[in-house]
Parts: sequence; structure tokens; C-alpha cells
Amino acid sequence: MIGFLLRRLVNYVVLCLVATFLAFSLASLTFDPITKLRELNPPPPPSAIAAVEQSLHLDQPIPQRFFTWFSGVVTEGNFGETIVGAPITEELGRRMGISLRLFLLGTLVGVLLGVLLGVVSAIRQYKFSDYFATLYSFIILSTPVFLLGTLLKYGALQLNNATGVTVLKFTGEYTPGFEGSWWAMLLDRLHHLVLPTLTIALGQIAFYSRYQRSAMLDVLGSDFLRTAQAKGLSRSKALFKHGLRTALIPMATLFAFGFGLLITGGVFTERLFTWYGMGDWLLTGINEQDTNIVATVTLFTAVLVLVSGWLSDVLYAALDPRVRV
Amino acid sequence: MTTAEIQFDESTTTPGGPLLEVSDLDVSFPSEDGRVRAVRGLSYQVSPGEVLGIVGESGSGKSVSSLAVMGLLPQQAKITGSIRFQGRELLGRSDRELSRIRGRKIAMIFQDPLSALTPVYTVGDQIAETILVHGKGKVTKQAAANRAVELLDLVGIPHAQQRAKAFPHEFSGGMRQRAMIAMGIANDPDLIIADEPTTALDVTVQAQVLEVMKTAQEVTGAGIVIITHDLGVVAGFADKLLVMYAGRAVESGVVEEIYAAPRMPYTLGLLGSIPRLDAEEKQPLVPIVGQPPSLVALPPGCPFGPRCPMHVAACDAAEPALSIVDGNAGSADPHRAACIRSSEISATDADPAEVFGAEVVEPPKVASIPREQREVVLSVDEVVKQFTVTKGVVMRRKVGTVHAVDGITFDIREGETLGLVGESGCGKTTTLMEILGLEKPTSGSISVLGRNVGKIPAKDKKAIRRDMQVVFQDPMASLDPRMPVSDIIAEPMLVHGFAKAEIQKRVPELLSLVGLRAEHAARYPAEFSGGQRQRIGIARALALEPKLVVLDEPVSALDVSIQAGVINLLDELKAKMGLSYLFVAHDLSVVRHIADRVAVMYLGKIVEIGDVDTVFGRPEHPYTQALLSAIPIPDPIKERQRERIILTGDLPSPANPPSGCRFRTRCFKFAALPEDKQRACLDEHPPRLRRGDDHEVACHYAEVREVV
Amino acid sequence: MTVNLNEGDSSGTTGAAGGGPVDAAVEPSKATGRGALIVRRFLRNKLAISGLIAILLLYAVAFISPLFSPYDYKFQDYGAFLQPPSPSHWFGTTQIGEDVFTQTMHGLQKSLTIGLLVALISTFVAAVVGSAAGYFGKWSDRTLMWIVDLLLVLPSFLIIAIISPSLRGENWLWFVLLLAAFNWMITARIVRGMTLTLKEREFVKAARFMGEKPWKIISKHILPNMASLLIIDGTINVGSAVLAETGLSFFGLGVQPPDVSLGTLIRDGTRASLTFPWLFVFSGGLLVLAVLAVNFVGDGLRDALDPSSKKGRAKEKKKRRAERDEAQEQPAAAEAGARKREDDDR
Repeated sequence: MIGFLLRRLVNYVVLCLVATFLAFSLASLTFDPITKLRELNPPPPPSAIAAVEQSLHLDQPIPQRFFTWFSGVVTEGNFGETIVGAPITEELGRRMGISLRLFLLGTLVGVLLGVLLGVVSAIRQYKFSDYFATLYSFIILSTPVFLLGTLLKYGALQLNNATGVTVLKFTGEYTPGFEGSWWAMLLDRLHHLVLPTLTIALGQIAFYSRYQRSAMLDVLGSDFLRTAQAKGLSRSKALFKHGLRTALIPMATLFAFGFGLLITGGVFTERLFTWYGMGDWLLTGINEQDTNIVATVTLFTAVLVLVSGWLSDVLYAALDPRVRV
Repeated sequence: MTTAEIQFDESTTTPGGPLLEVSDLDVSFPSEDGRVRAVRGLSYQVSPGEVLGIVGESGSGKSVSSLAVMGLLPQQAKITGSIRFQGRELLGRSDRELSRIRGRKIAMIFQDPLSALTPVYTVGDQIAETILVHGKGKVTKQAAANRAVELLDLVGIPHAQQRAKAFPHEFSGGMRQRAMIAMGIANDPDLIIADEPTTALDVTVQAQVLEVMKTAQEVTGAGIVIITHDLGVVAGFADKLLVMYAGRAVESGVVEEIYAAPRMPYTLGLLGSIPRLDAEEKQPLVPIVGQPPSLVALPPGCPFGPRCPMHVAACDAAEPALSIVDGNAGSADPHRAACIRSSEISATDADPAEVFGAEVVEPPKVASIPREQREVVLSVDEVVKQFTVTKGVVMRRKVGTVHAVDGITFDIREGETLGLVGESGCGKTTTLMEILGLEKPTSGSISVLGRNVGKIPAKDKKAIRRDMQVVFQDPMASLDPRMPVSDIIAEPMLVHGFAKAEIQKRVPELLSLVGLRAEHAARYPAEFSGGQRQRIGIARALALEPKLVVLDEPVSALDVSIQAGVINLLDELKAKMGLSYLFVAHDLSVVRHIADRVAVMYLGKIVEIGDVDTVFGRPEHPYTQALLSAIPIPDPIKERQRERIILTGDLPSPANPPSGCRFRTRCFKFAALPEDKQRACLDEHPPRLRRGDDHEVACHYAEVREVV
Repeated sequence: MTVNLNEGDSSGTTGAAGGGPVDAAVEPSKATGRGALIVRRFLRNKLAISGLIAILLLYAVAFISPLFSPYDYKFQDYGAFLQPPSPSHWFGTTQIGEDVFTQTMHGLQKSLTIGLLVALISTFVAAVVGSAAGYFGKWSDRTLMWIVDLLLVLPSFLIIAIISPSLRGENWLWFVLLLAAFNWMITARIVRGMTLTLKEREFVKAARFMGEKPWKIISKHILPNMASLLIIDGTINVGSAVLAETGLSFFGLGVQPPDVSLGTLIRDGTRASLTFPWLFVFSGGLLVLAVLAVNFVGDGLRDALDPSSKKGRAKEKKKRRAERDEAQEQPAAAEAGARKREDDDR
């Protein structure tokens, strides 16, 4: 089993590499950073432009440029510079922290509440709570994240206006210039976290609850649940101990997919709530025609997707003895 | 705790009273087409220590009625009547109250133990749970775990201590079923309900499981309700029998009575439809026409009426009651039947073939020519097929080789049926796929009509395919559900370039050949019953007028009454068209009925081959003897007198077969040999030697033993 | 009377009359063919029906109403800037006097068309790739699935975002192709899985033993047998394609001006959403409505077409339980047989 997971990991690393290379090449092919630089106002001196051209190795073929960039990443952990010369590595650390905070919290809330909602919905099939949960999921899954976020912002504004205090914050990930104890700083950040996390989590809840519901329904009609009851377990105990435990297995495989959705949603969410995270950076990178930023963000998302894929494998093996070979 | 619960905690069996008393039970479910009345007015009793067999075809309501006893029917089910256990009413009790009885007083053993065991917990834990759930506070976890190991040992699982830590998927089918039984007897219940406990198991394993059931009954002294569709299984085990049809009991009484003198035409037909292993000469098989009625809107009258050969106008007036048959009025367990003409059956004591008008199919003309002079249709010579076992999903690596088929030799001549039998995993299917695939085997050769398939160019293979057709086991899976029957039957002709006009002419011909009507051509497979679908599969196989038809378990997925019709059809077509069959089956009774010769396979080798009467009548290989002895005979008296050879354990893995004789690990003869004689079995694979005119056996110590 | 013809004879009467989808005929279904059954099951699902009606209406309105509108979607009414909804401008006007109703309808047209085209293309690609990978196995399977994995790892919005600026001024159909290129992988995986199962089904084996060619088997037996899956997934893909399109357009990476889609409209609207809600309420509402309707239809189709699907099965649970003893015994036996066979092959 360990061997299997290791081999999976190797495969994932290769995939990561190829994906980053593709994104790098594509960006290099389509981007035209020099034109972008010339259009800047005030225009930079020609020597600066030449320097950038030099530093970006635009005269080299793309694979070579990629190799230069990537060997920097591997050997020194250096992700290169942006076209305006800022070191990427420094900013990467800060932005990664911001994005991961959002993603992890969103996933956690989404998985937990989603599974719970799905289970309740399945057990109370065709009752009010089931219809409510189903309708909720359908509406949320039909609403794009950017619209959902906008609506939440709008709602928060109304709430703040109505109460006269800032109940919910929707700009940035902390209050600029805010000073206080460590505790107060944490609270401030949490305060800013509420709405973006909700934006992400609502979708995740809807996603997981749909699948948990059908997995649970599948289990509800299973023979082994009947056996458990025939042994003398009460229905609720059988449901919990034998049913839910088994119905969690398909969730493990879904985890990777759900996380992929979350990353896409995260980009939009960051932009909406003016969080300077990875997603925001990507859009900036594209706007500024910056290959290095795009490649860095691609590597970051690819690693995230693959880590979640690998976690999904591990979880699956942990939950289902049948795949432990 | 309520008073009711306390009462159940004490042993409250009224001495002499019935353990379980079901009266006037009605169960119905809502469905898309209306209420399905699955059980209608069912009544029966089980006394302590008594074994009641409930027999019926698919849809007879036998499982639903037992789930009703357990209180495990879904909420939508409407249940009326009364179910009294140890004198107390069970219907209407809450889940909490029932859960105190379930698993402790009443245990249930389910069919299909793979899906009936929770995949994520170990077998030991699941058995221990049964004990813990009823012994809260009284039993420690460790004690329960120890008891689980004891129970596994009791039901005959070797190395119980280690196997208890295994997960259900790591058990074989037979072992899982034994684990289910262990779970059932864990709390020494008073009543055990076994729902098709041996279905889908190999005969050898079935015999083992039945033996364990008997042990379980001895240990617990419980009353047992055993539900089955196989009249053979219950013959030697049950004391009383209840035959169900369309949700009702149609015949009941003491086992010996019913088997000797069935008084309801349905029971008569069921008994007549089973091929008998103990038949000296070919007996006619009785097919019961049609299929059970829909339980949504039953017409008045006897539900069996439309299928009954004795049907008269009076049968449609009202549903006959289950009444005591002639000459049984005074007995304690009277024989009852639900038929208005049961007294006529008593009077004439007719046998099923007479009542149903079945006849033996004449053998084909070619059969009169001596075997040696007939053309060889298929010849399999020393064929070996190896599979490499790989591990891993991303990067596969080889971990071993399985000799699924290890040097088998046989031939089939014109107009002949060869039965290929053996347990699951013995390599039958691999052999079949090798022959059908027309690929070169790992070693050895396969020739169809004299042409070696490994040596001919690819384009000639198509011509061979024309002469060799296949009928599969599962009539649901072998027909494309998206194609009308006409397209299905036309497909092989299209592939082989028949003209459109020719195809259009052939389709109705073929349909009528297999006993279907021309207008069926426009329908889809889903609109047909299992037996009819199998007929369509046969029609497709015959479309190209092949010489050889390979039949892969063609009747094992069918109900017994339907099975007989298909067997008769195959028999008749063989005679009519001069076909040769390779008939792969695990049911030896069917093989005895239809085959001329039989080859017994064990772990990739043929251990005994010869003509049917010799192999079945005078088997010489211990494995053949064990196989035959494991098959139940639908005759309670004979069955109880038989001495059974019970094989121990499961089939060894073909990846790692035993040295020398492959069968020695399970061989009763080997076990009884003195050590010096065992050497031969350990070191040397026994060669296949001629033992008679048409009889070859691969055993160092072959000797005749009659087992049927 | 010959024995074996008995059952056959009766099949014309009792047998065939009782020929429900499963043997023991719990359903009498004299004439209930598969088609009728599906329609009946679908019609019973009220949400699915309302979804279907909603989609049809949206399409009709999106394509017909602009014909009757006095304004073009690029027309600017210099006499009405930022007007709230009124009889002359039903949905109000924008900062530069564009008629919001006409714009919304035009955006709806574009979004729905893109969604439909993307779903069609991606489902087709998924069917071909998935079935080929599943049927041929070996290296073609490994190669194709590796590509699928790769495309799943590459964040699709990222690639589209990189490429789309260079599509500025090009035909919007390029954008459709781009979206489709990143929308087929999940379906392809499911198709592959189903192909693997179907490949082992006996009717496929039968065709192979008859000498039928591989692609013919795929087109004749395998794909038709997952038609329901493809229809369902195709429908759901419409929804996800619309979401993807609007999302990218929202960030200026999809449909490019002067063309409009619901995504660009919402983006333009949200800038002033807090004070001039009509700028985005209509486009946003219609977007949610359209996707919701598509999802309802997809769900209804799943229930109707694929009774073995989880949800459909659950709905018929009561019936199934009733049939457990009744009708399902036979398939169960068959399954058991199939399992045996697997053991045999091991």
C-alpha cells in the first residue's frame, strides 16, 4: 500500500512538472511583456526595457527559459522576478499564506457541514429538511461564485447600514494600519475571514451534501445495514456505525475534485473581497503579461490539486480496507 | 425498560407451544403500478428444534415473509395479520423493542454474504458486535472477541484466530457464509431464519455450509426456517415443508409426504422439472409454461391456473384454500394443498411427466454411428493458459504467474455433448474463453473442425467463428438491451455478410425454431422473461448454422421451472440440427441429463473424463466422488441415507498450486493413506490413465465408489 | 405437443403479456415500452418539467424578444442615463444610456448558445476518448488517461485566461472550443469506467466472438448503452459551461466587448450594484434561473433514464424492496453467477 501511494506521488510530481511547463510555454508564447512595459506611463527608459529583456531571457528558446526558471526554483527556491523587477519568492510566501488560510477553512467548513447536511437529508428523505437541503444545493450550485460573493457583499452592506456598525467586513484580509495586541490582530483577521470563507464554503457544502446524500441513500438500502439490524442494533445505531462509516468512502474520492472546484472559486473570491492572494496574483500576472507570476501560480495550484489528489488516495485507503493491498 | 422488554428477557416458551406462529400474514408495498401484494394470507408454525423449509420461485414472497418476522421490511410495507414468537405478538412493536429480540432470540442468515457483511469492519469484530450489543455491561470487549474466534472455529474456519482479523472481502464465498452463520448463532438464538443460505455457492461448499447449519442447530437447539428455491437443498434437512406461489402457501406438510406424494400441480411440476442425479436412464424434464402472475392485480381464481396443465373452468372461480388432502385428516401435521383437484391427483397418483405431458427427446441419428467414426468438431490438446498477475495501478509489475489452465486435452465429436464441470476457479471459463477467443494458447493447440486456430491467418478465423457459436450464462447480459430482437438475431449474419433479404427470411425462422413467435422480432429484450431471453440467445447462436455451440452455464441463471424448458429445447435442437455442444456447468444434475460425455476439472486440470453413465455411476477419482456426493437429491428418504463426502476448505489458489497431485490438500483418500503411499501424491502429478472403454482418470489410487 | 414448445407458445399469451423489465413481472406493463416509461417518470418530476419549460421559455424570449425591442443592444439612448426600469426601458438603462433589457437578452442568447455548444462538443469528445481508452485498454488507455489527469491538474481557467486575451477580436467560437477543451475530462473518465464494465458484458463479448470490428462494437453496442449517461452529463455540462463562461467573462477573460454575455453584464452591473441594482439584478437572476433550470432537467433525466442511478434508485426504493424477493432474485442469481465467473477467471 505504501508503495502504491509512493508511486502515485511520483506520478503526481511528473504531472506537476508537465503542467507547469505547459503553462509557462503558453504564457511565454502569448505574452508580450515588452509592449506592456513600453505602454507604461511614464514610459521607462530604454535601458530599463533592455534590462528587462535581458533578465527575462526573451532571446532564448522557451524550453531553455523554463529550465532556467525551474532550476532556480528547485535549487535555490527562487521563483524569479516580476517584469518590474520585484522578487517573486518574497511575495509568494505572503500570498500563499493568505490563499491557504481561505482554502483550508473553506474546505473544512464545507466538508463537515456538507457531510452533515447530506446525511440528514438522506435519513429524512422526502421530508421537509431533505427538500430544503436539496433546494439549497441546487440554487447554490447554479449560482456562480462571483455572483454569490457579490450578493453576500451586498447583504453585508445592507446589514451594516441597518445596524449602524460594521458587523461584517468585506474588503481586504485585515484592516490596514490596525494596531493592537496579538489577540486583537487575530480577531481582526477572523472578522475579515467570515464573508470570503462563507462564499467558498456555501458552494462546498452544496457539493458535498449532494454526494453524501446519494452515498448515504445507497447505503440505506444495503444488505449489510439490514444484517446489522438483524444482529440487534437499533436502526439509528446501525445507521451511524455501519451506514455512515461506509458512506464516507466515496467522499474520499470526491475530495480531490471538490478541492479543484474550490481553487477556481477561490480565485474569484479573492478578487471580489480584494484579498491579495494567489488568485488575485494570477489575474494581475495575466494583466501585466508576466510569465513568471503565471508559472509560479500554476505550480502552486498544480501542487495543491495534486496534494489534494494524493490526500484523497490516502483517505480512501484509510477508509476502505478493500483497496489496501 | 418496559414490561414487554422484560418479558422477552426471560425465557418464556410455553412448553409444547409453537416457537413461531405466523397467521394470516399479508404484506403489500406501493409500486408504480399499484400495490404489490407480496404475501397474501400466509400461515405457518415452527416448533422448537424443528426445521421448516419454505420453497418457491422468484417472486413467491418467501423472503418478504421472513423479513416481516424480523421486522426488517421497509416502512412503506403494509403488514397485517399476526406474527407470534414464543407466544408474544411481534407486529406493531417499536424498532427498539424488536432490536432486543433480533440477534438474540431470532437470528437471520442472509443470502449473498458479500453484500450482507459490512465491508469496512473485520469479520471478528462483526461477530463480536452481535455479542456486545446484547451483553452490554456483562461482556467485555476481549471476551466477545474471544467468543467470536470460538464461533469461527465452530463453523469450521481454519486458523480462526488470524482469520477473525480479516475483512469480508478477504474471505471466500463459503467462508463468508460460515461467518454469517457464526454471527447468527452467537447468542444462542431460539429461532434461526436462513434466507437462501447456499445460493450462489459451489456444490461442495454448499454441502459444507449445510453441514455447518446442521451443527448450528445441534448446538443451539433452535427452530430453523430455511428459505430456498432448490428442492434438493431442503430434502435432507427440513422436517416440514411449505411451498409458496404468488405470495401464498400452496402446499404444506411433512417433507417425506410432499416429496413422495405432491398434491398440488405446481409442486408436482417443480419436482418434475429438476434433473435427477440418481436417474438411471434419461427421465423427461417437466417445464412449467409461462411465468408467475403479477402481484399487482391478481385475477380471481387459482393464481397457478394459467400455467397449470390440469386447469379447468372451475379453477377460475375462486382461489382455492389450503385444505387438508385426502387421507390426512387425523394426522398431527396434516398434508395440505391448495388445489380443487388434489383428490384426483391423490386418486391417480400421477407422476409429473404424465400430468405435464413431457417426453424424452429422441437422441440424434448420428449418435447411432460409433464415436470413433464421427468427425472431430473440436479438439483441445495439452492446452496451457497462463496469466501474469500484476500489482499496482500506475506502474504495473509482475508478481507471479497463474496457470489457470494447465495442460488439458479433450475432443468433441459430431452430434455429441461434452459437459465440462468443476468448482468456481477451476479454469472452466478460461478454457472456454481460450477456445472462443481463437488466440494461440500459451502452449498446446486448439483445433476447430480440424483447423488449428493458432496456425491459420487472421482472415480465416472469421470462417471458424461461423462454425462455432456461443450461448452465455446470463440472459440479461448477453443481449444488447438497446436492440430489438430482430437486430440481435441478425447481427451475426450481418457480420458474416448475408444478404438483407436472406436475413429477413431467416429471423422469423430462427424465432420459431426456438419456440418464439415471429412477431416477437420487433420487441426489445427487456420485454421477455429470462427463459425467453435465453431462447433468443440460442436463436442468435444458431443463425449461422454452426457445427459447435459452446454453452456457458446456459441455465444456471434461470428458475428451475424455466430451466427445464431450455434444457429440453437444447436437447431437441441438437437432434434436429446435428449440433455438438460444449456444455460448461457447475450443476452436475443438469450435465447428467444433457451430456453424453463429461470432463471433471480441478485447478486447471482434467481429473476424470468419460461417458456420462460411467463417470456418474462409477466415479473413480476422489474429487468426482466428492462433487457427486455433495449434490443433494430431491428425495428426503434417499437423501437422509446418503453418506456425504465433505471436502474440507476451499479451492487452493491457482497461482500457488500444491505439489504433486493438485487435489491432495482436500483429498479424503490422501488423508487416509499411510505415509509411504502418500509420497506418490506429494511428488508426482498423477497421469490420466485409461480405466475403461471411454473413461480416463488421473489419480494414483483410483477406485470405484458409488456415491449417488 | 412437443415439450419444449410449451413455454414458447405461452409466451405469446401470458409470457409476453407479463413481460416487464424484470422477469417476475411485478409490473404488468403491457405496452409500457422503455420510452413510455421514461417519459412517464420524467413527467412525474415537477421540478424537471418546470426546468424544461423555463429553459425553453428563456431560449424563446432571448431570441424572439429582441426582434420586438425598439433598441439594438449597442444603441445608446442619450436621453436616458442610468434610468430605473420604466415602460420605455423595461430593465432600465446603463451609465451610457444602453437599454438593459436588450442587452440582457443579447447576453442571455450568447451565454445559452455558448453553454449548449460547449456541452455538445465536450460530451462528444468525452464519449470518443472515454470509450476508446476503456475499450482498447493498455497503452491507449494509459496515454489518454494521463492526458485527462494533466488537463485536470492544469487549472482550466488559467489556460483559458492566458489564451483568451489573444483571441480578442477573433470569432467567439474560438472561445467555445477553448471552453470545450477543458470541460470533457470528468465525463470521459465516467465513460471510460462504464466502458470497462460494458466491455465485460456478455453481449459485447458475443459481438466480439462473432467477429465484429472494435469501433463497430463501440458505436453499435457500447455507446448506445450509455446513451442515458451521455444525455444526463451533456445536460449538466450545459450548466457548468454557462457558469464557466460567465465566470471568465466576468473577469474580462471571456466574451470580449463589444459583444456581451451575462458575465460581462454582471461585471458591468456590480460596479454600481449597491446603488443601481437594476444593472445586475436581471442578468444575475436570469443566469441563476437558466443554470438552475438546466440542473433540474439534468436531475430529472437522471431519475427517468437511469433507474439504477443512486437518486433514481432511492426514489424507487420502496418498489425495489418489494421486488427484492419478487423480481430481483433472478438477476441476483445471475450476478452471483457472474461473480463466480470472475472467480473462475482469476
